[in-house]
Amino acid sequence: MSDRLLAAEAPEEFHAPGPRDFEYPELFGEGTFFTKPMLIVVLGTLAVGLFFYYAARRGSLIPGKLQFAGESAYGFVRNQIAADAIGREGIKYVPYLASLFFFIAVLNIAGIIPVLQFPATSRIAIPLFLAVISWVIFNYMGIKRQGFGGYFKNMMFPPGVPKAIYPLLSPIEFMSTVVFRPITLTLRLTFNMFAGHLVLLLCILGGEYLLFETQGVVGFAAGGISMVFAVIMTFFEGFIQLLQAYVFTLLSAIYIGGALTYEH
Amino acid sequence: MEGSLNMVGYGLAAIGPGVGIGLIFAAYISGVARQPEARSVLQGIAILGFALAEALAIIGIGLAFAL
Repeated sequence: MSDRLLAAEAPEEFHAPGPRDFEYPELFGEGTFFTKPMLIVVLGTLAVGLFFYYAARRGSLIPGKLQFAGESAYGFVRNQIAADAIGREGIKYVPYLASLFFFIAVLNIAGIIPVLQFPATSRIAIPLFLAVISWVIFNYMGIKRQGFGGYFKNMMFPPGVPKAIYPLLSPIEFMSTVVFRPITLTLRLTFNMFAGHLVLLLCILGGEYLLFETQGVVGFAAGGISMVFAVIMTFFEGFIQLLQAYVFTLLSAIYIGGALTYEH
Repeated sequence: MEGSLNMVGYGLAAIGPGVGIGLIFAAYISGVARQPEARSVLQGIAILGFALAEALAIIGIGLAFAL
C-alpha cells in the first residue's frame, strides 16, 4: 500500500473492471494450465463430496449434528424441488438434482468467500456443461417414456390447440424446448455470476481508488460510501448466488418433469 | 468520456425485464397478502417467473459484452 501512496504524486488513471478481470493466469507459472477457477472447482467438489460422505457415513436413527445437517440439505432438494416440480417420480432424480444444486451453490458462494473471491460459474464452460447434462437427461427420458415420434409430436403438436396455429406454434415450441432451454440455463447462471462479480469489483476497486488515489474530501467520502456499498452488495450477492443455484436446479427438474408427463 | 454504447443499449433493454419482474413480485405479494397459507405454493411459481423474465436481461448483458 505504501508504494501506492508514494505513487500518488502522479495520480494513475482508474481502469474500470471488465471481462478481462475474469481471465486468471496459471497458478504455478507459465504452461501449467491450472488456474484459480479450476482450483475453486476442485475445492468445491471436495467440499460437497466430503460433507455428504461424512454426513451419511454412519446413519443412525437418532441423527447427530452432521447427519442432521446433511439430511436437511438433501431433504430440501427432495421436498422443495424434486417433489414439487416432478411429483412422485421425482425421488429417482433427487441424487442428480442434489449434486447439481450443491455443486452450483458452492461454486457460486466461492465468489464471496475471502481469498477465493471468484464465482467459478462465471466461466461459461461450467454452467454450459451442467446444462448439457440436464438437456441430455430430459430429452433422453422424454424419448424413452413417449417414444421418439411421440416425444416430438407431444412437444410440437400439443392437443387442444386450433389446427391453424400449428405452423406458427410448432417451430417455436421445437426451438424453445430443444435449442433455447440449454442456452438460457447456461446464460442465466453465467451472466448472473458475471454481473454480480463485476458489481463487487467496481464497488471495491472504485472505492479503493477514490480513497487512496484522489485528493479532497468529496473523493474520500465517495470512496467510503462505495466501500459500504461493497459490503451490502456482498450480502446481496450471497443471496443471489443461492437463488441462482435453486433456479438452475428447479428449471432442470421442471424440464425433466415436463418430459415425463404428457397429455394423451 | 469513453465507454461502449452497448452499455446504454443494455440499460434500455433492462427496462422491460425490470417491469416484468416487478409485476411478478407484485402479484406474488398481493397473492400472499390475500391468502397467507398459499405462500409455499406461490413462492416456487414466483421464482420461476422471475427466472424466466430475468433471462432477457441476462441475455442482454451477455450480448452487451460480446458484441
